[in-house]
Amino acid sequence: MGRRKRLAQTQSGAEGMHSLPALLHRNATQFGDAPAYREKEFGIWQCWTWAEAAAEIRAIALGFLELGVAQGDHIAVIGRNRPAHYWSMVAAQMVGAIPVPLYQDAVAEEMAYVLEHCGAKYVVCGDQEQVDKVIEIQENLHQVKHILYTDKRGMRKYDHSQMNALEDLMAEGSAGHARFDAELDRRITGIGYDDTCVMLYTSGTTGKPKGVVLSNRNVIESAKNSADFDHLTRNEDILSYLPMAWVGDFIFSIGQAYWCGFCVNCPESADTMMTDLREIGPTYFFAPPRVFETQLTNVMIRMEDAGKLKQRMFHHFMAHAKKVGGLLLDGKPVGFGDRMKYALGNMLVYGPLKDTLGYGRFRVGYTAGEAIGPEIFDFYRSLGINLKQLYGQTEATVFITVQPDGEVRADTVGVPAPDVELKIDDSGEIHYRSPGVFVEYYNNPDSTASTKDAEGWVATGDAGFIEESSGHLRIIDRAKDVGKMADGSMFAPKYVENKLKFYPDILEVVLFGNGKDRCVAFINIDLTAVGNWAERNNVAYASYQELTANPRVLETIRGHVEEVNKSVAADEMLSGCQVHRFVVLHKELDADDGEMTRTRKVRRGFVEDKFSDIIDALYDGSSSVSTTTEVTYEDGRKGSISATLEIVDAPVVPVAQHKVAAE
Amino acid sequence: MLDSSEGYVTEDGRKIGGVVMEMKNITLRFGGVVAIKDISFDIREGEIRAIIGPNGAGKSSMLNVISGFYVPQDGEVWFHGSKRPPMRPYEVARQGIARTFQNIALFEGMSVLDNVMTGRLNYMKTNLFQQAMWKGKAEAEEVENREAVEKIIDFLEIQHIRKTPVSRLPYGLKKRVELARALAAEPKLLLLDEPMAGMNVEEKEDMSRFILDVNDEFGTTIALIEHDMGVVMDLSDRVVVMDYGRKIGDGTPDEVRSNQEVIDAYLGVSHD
Repeated sequence: MGRRKRLAQTQSGAEGMHSLPALLHRNATQFGDAPAYREKEFGIWQCWTWAEAAAEIRAIALGFLELGVAQGDHIAVIGRNRPAHYWSMVAAQMVGAIPVPLYQDAVAEEMAYVLEHCGAKYVVCGDQEQVDKVIEIQENLHQVKHILYTDKRGMRKYDHSQMNALEDLMAEGSAGHARFDAELDRRITGIGYDDTCVMLYTSGTTGKPKGVVLSNRNVIESAKNSADFDHLTRNEDILSYLPMAWVGDFIFSIGQAYWCGFCVNCPESADTMMTDLREIGPTYFFAPPRVFETQLTNVMIRMEDAGKLKQRMFHHFMAHAKKVGGLLLDGKPVGFGDRMKYALGNMLVYGPLKDTLGYGRFRVGYTAGEAIGPEIFDFYRSLGINLKQLYGQTEATVFITVQPDGEVRADTVGVPAPDVELKIDDSGEIHYRSPGVFVEYYNNPDSTASTKDAEGWVATGDAGFIEESSGHLRIIDRAKDVGKMADGSMFAPKYVENKLKFYPDILEVVLFGNGKDRCVAFINIDLTAVGNWAERNNVAYASYQELTANPRVLETIRGHVEEVNKSVAADEMLSGCQVHRFVVLHKELDADDGEMTRTRKVRRGFVEDKFSDIIDALYDGSSSVSTTTEVTYEDGRKGSISATLEIVDAPVVPVAQHKVAAE
Repeated sequence: MLDSSEGYVTEDGRKIGGVVMEMKNITLRFGGVVAIKDISFDIREGEIRAIIGPNGAGKSSMLNVISGFYVPQDGEVWFHGSKRPPMRPYEVARQGIARTFQNIALFEGMSVLDNVMTGRLNYMKTNLFQQAMWKGKAEAEEVENREAVEKIIDFLEIQHIRKTPVSRLPYGLKKRVELARALAAEPKLLLLDEPMAGMNVEEKEDMSRFILDVNDEFGTTIALIEHDMGVVMDLSDRVVVMDYGRKIGDGTPDEVRSNQEVIDAYLGVSHD
């Protein structure tokens, strides 16, 4: 029955809903006065109901028609999370155009590539800064017909012959509705289940970004399956603060929001995200590990400044939470006394702490994108926050594996999501097939063919294995990053890097050693954590660079590396990956300098080339290295910084004999 | 062109209106020290007017004359077509003049929001008793003024520090809060006393952008004193140059830059 029902849905679209505009119409008619969007502006949460949002979106769509947007045109959207930007994307779908959200912090040349590749004729910009970038790009690329912007500030002096405020476009569209209503309705009903819903550019740790084409089927089926999996309802509140160009935000803030009909809350600005989080108290939440790490670091720093009584209470009850909190959340048996004590702790510590963090109403949430430190993960779970992990990709419309309630662990990424088939090939690479599998890479049949085979299986590029005891997937590393050391033992950099990154002092690590006889590492310190330590210990520093060179900082980091080496040595397969020597880098790895992707993944090859002089010094035994590094400022200008870095030798645990990794 | 009473058009196409304020033969003395010696210039509607000069040239004294804090011994100040009598600071504020200070004068213990709210004082009509009761008239008034303040907070991008006590803010942000408070008074003429002093390059760029945006968005006439020549030349429409209390140049940045006397004052002259 269930199977047949699903099949029927697949043909006509889930319950007859085969596009986001159709879902919008359903929400606006069935529960039109429920909140759909909130945005904090002028210090107050402004709210739009589904009916109001539908009217706004229709006005934008009418405006698009007046501009002459044709079916199949691409409309780029560049800006921070704002209702108007989400509306522009849905309005684009209404008129049969394809929305392409871009990373707003990308510099002009990065943006130029994507705009040229998708051939966007219309661009919706958040503010003057984005408009300026598009105008700069337009000088070489004469394809953009019209620019729209949401924030009018500073825009008055611009030549408006090919530019308009979104607000004004909506007014013009509404005014002309008699002329365009019929055409708009014709286009909305014409949207097919397999038509393109959105195009998202993957940041890519190698090479140029690729435009992933997702169909309505991909998005709606994925939203439906994942919403069923976690029993999401239309009463959820989410905070939308992650980049709009990222597939996760599209699925959470549009796919699932429209499917379930829940409310999307947009922060006032990027800087107020934490305050807004506290005010909204989302019931469903998504964040990369970095957000949870930062929050935990802040809690710990503030606890150190708290009074003695508060400190003792915090540590006492946190120890208890660590013991039973996770078990309680998983529904495992816990003794009566422990339950009572946990309830007391909840009243005195956990509850207030959750409120402060903004997790007072947290029902379910995910972290993904990077490995999360087990201690960080357990900290949140022990407070009764149902934080889980998932593993996904843009090409899968997010979901590949997810952790079901009650089976949550820090070291796995869960079981295959509903309707997802999984297989591991001989080399250890993970492959999957699902209704969410992307249509193609836009204008790139070669890459499409090399990623997706004829039967619809997609290669993830990640190496992993399925744990026999639990059926959960465990990720080892990017398949192409896994290598061999000179003696044939396995080199899996992510494993060691993650262990190091779990220390609050350490922000980022890059491990080298493929094909070499020993491993060396670059380390970025975390300015918040180390800066706070420096303040409390009267260590004076004038700049990030100076702090990185402080001997006491180096000594602390050396201690961390030593501990990690011990734990790595205990792993038979990876004992060769101990860090022999390291440097603390004088600058943070940054997406503006190309060292990381916009989703903050290290571009290993690029870093290796850029800092080859430092790597050479790490291997040739010298005790320090002088280097000059080019940096790019946020406005695109370039400068350089030079520094002399001290190279630190770290103690390693001798390993008698390397076990050779399984072939 | 500058003499026409209808104003002029700037290089970037902004229309500058008629004279808002005119200083006629101002002389200001402190005992035997002559701080300002017979200076005349005007400020036109919608323009950004800078007063520059080396240390001790009398710039701040000039700004204090404009703001009515100092009363010159000789000369006249004309504001909106009428001669201004000596007046108290609150009377000046009511005329639509607001200012920021060289060495920040905020209420350190109060939040950013409260500080900016103080800029609305001239728009609050309720008395102490009504405010103590709060409900009714005082509440309506506060809502109305808060709305105006929130627009400025949004404009200057200081939402994230709305509730932060000023004492905890870094210098650059304090300067921005001070600008916010001055703007909250919805001034017709805004006086900025060294808005960029002590800032790093990035903060200076931000502040420049805000000053330009204020001028552009609200049409506020701005008179500013600044040390940083680069900033002044980029921002201003017209510049008055002072040295030892005298006016040694007046005109567009380009005119001033090529004025020999100005170059001498800034770079020094050899004495051979």
